[in-house]
Amino acid sequence: MITVQDLTKRYARTTAVDHISFSVTKGEIVGFLGPNGAGKTTTMRMLTCFFPPTAGKATVAGFDVLDQPLEVRRHIGYLPEAPPLYLEMETIDYLRFVGRLKGLAGPELEKRVAFVIDRCAIGDMKNKLLGKLSKGYRQRVGLAQAIIHNPDVLILDEPTSGLDPRQINEARELIRSLAGDHTIILSTHILPEVEQTCEQVIIINKGKLVATDSVANLQARARGAESMLLEVGVRGGEFPSPRAQQRIEQVAGVSRVVCKEQFAQGAVFEIEASRGQLIRGDLARAIVNAGWELNELRPAAMSLEEIFLQLTDAPAAESAPPDSPAPPPPAPDAPAPEANA
Amino acid sequence: MRNTWIVCRRELNSYFTSPIAWLLLTMYSLIFGYFFWNLLSLFIQQGIEMQMMGQASPMNVNEQIISPLIANSAFLQILFIPLITMRLFAEEKRNGTIELLATSPVRDVEIILGKWLAALLLYGWLVLFTGLNLAFLFRYGNPDWKTTLVAFLGLILQGAALLAIGTFISTLTKNQIIAGACTFAACLLLWVFAWVTSYNSATWATVLSYISVLSHSESFNRGVLELKDAVYYLSVVFLGLFLTTRSMESLRWRS
Repeated sequence: MITVQDLTKRYARTTAVDHISFSVTKGEIVGFLGPNGAGKTTTMRMLTCFFPPTAGKATVAGFDVLDQPLEVRRHIGYLPEAPPLYLEMETIDYLRFVGRLKGLAGPELEKRVAFVIDRCAIGDMKNKLLGKLSKGYRQRVGLAQAIIHNPDVLILDEPTSGLDPRQINEARELIRSLAGDHTIILSTHILPEVEQTCEQVIIINKGKLVATDSVANLQARARGAESMLLEVGVRGGEFPSPRAQQRIEQVAGVSRVVCKEQFAQGAVFEIEASRGQLIRGDLARAIVNAGWELNELRPAAMSLEEIFLQLTDAPAAESAPPDSPAPPPPAPDAPAPEANA
Repeated sequence: MRNTWIVCRRELNSYFTSPIAWLLLTMYSLIFGYFFWNLLSLFIQQGIEMQMMGQASPMNVNEQIISPLIANSAFLQILFIPLITMRLFAEEKRNGTIELLATSPVRDVEIILGKWLAALLLYGWLVLFTGLNLAFLFRYGNPDWKTTLVAFLGLILQGAALLAIGTFISTLTKNQIIAGACTFAACLLLWVFAWVTSYNSATWATVLSYISVLSHSESFNRGVLELKDAVYYLSVVFLGLFLTTRSMESLRWRS
């Protein structure tokens, strides 16, 4: 549905988007993830033909953004970061206006307007001035205008920014429910959002593509090296922390032990095991046999957040201790992540 | 064409749902009404005096009321046109609604024409509304309607030209006040450029005077339809709208 190849946008002094390539298949929800200023909005604006790319190629629904911008725009619904509302208009008049602008007319227009009002639950507000609506309703009207002409592709720029937690949930529900009919790209810098709403994720940082993969794959990738938190203690007396660490290191499969916290009666260790080894049982046995108390043992699965930080903060990752596990190879169907500057 | 009309209609609605249109109508009616009342009183005064002195020199409604009235309101445009055009693009840029227009399946030219047309219709509405004053002249006097019509046409053409310049200036900034002030300066300069020929006859002065809107309004005002003056106004309209399309395109490349 969307293919992007070496898309680049240069401004006078900076390069906002630097040779990014990805593709999105029909019906997918893709999370476009990156810190503020990574080039998410710039990429989206190129896809919506708001401005042309400096170099590279992008097609939406089979149309080229440079050669056939009007066709592309006909197939795209776009919600910019700030919903583009005319504050002096009533909701329903605004939706009619946008509908006409996108080429609807007559009974079909009225049908679509009624449909999006129902779909986005803004029926109560249909005769109110947009300027009087709350932030949550404005966002919904923004979403309603994006889907009014039933576009194949929906591009949503931070659709949940500035909403309260309940509204965020409602907005996510709404977006998820739209996924069947539309291919959706949504940008965000909030990670749980991607985990909850999206199937695919594209991570960019400083204008460069860092990774594209499915959410499940990324999470699996993070769990590749199993890491655990272990709290051990003694009943009465001093806890022999160095000895305990040595004992843990002797357990087969343990690749690294770090003492995270130490107190009089016990300690917390972070343990990394080499990939594919399940050693929790061995660990527990070793502790109990040594006569210590096993207070807690839980997997410390890396959240998407940590992957994200790891991927977008490459210099820090490179300076990490050499014995840290090497990043696993990317899934075969995903393009190789580019080296980050 | 359809898209132009869609944009134009929304623009007009927004003029009339916000107080701008009503405020301009009120102000323009007040000022125009005052001009009219002044000229009419003077005319009546002169009429009485002439009768008392027994002189029967010819009095002409067209020359003594309508022509100066139109000339005055042509100058009034300099104040009103910036108020009409300053919001056209500046407001859209500030509110981010330009992103909606620019990502809709609509050509830039259609957006620009729609906005300019809406401004022109509002302006035409102002002029026609105040033109109602003249109905009194036709009811109680016998002015030449053809001359009056040409004078009004001149007023509208001049408005169209200055509105096109204002539309262009509005694309250059997000700030309505800056857009308004610059349009005001541009209109005023275009008006007073004609002055140079009164003391200078060098080529540059002639050119400057030709650029001025004032030198092209006189023939219309006298009721003469001059092709070259009509061509001048239409070329300014074209130039203004052309610059607007370029400016919008550069907006796309730069932003």
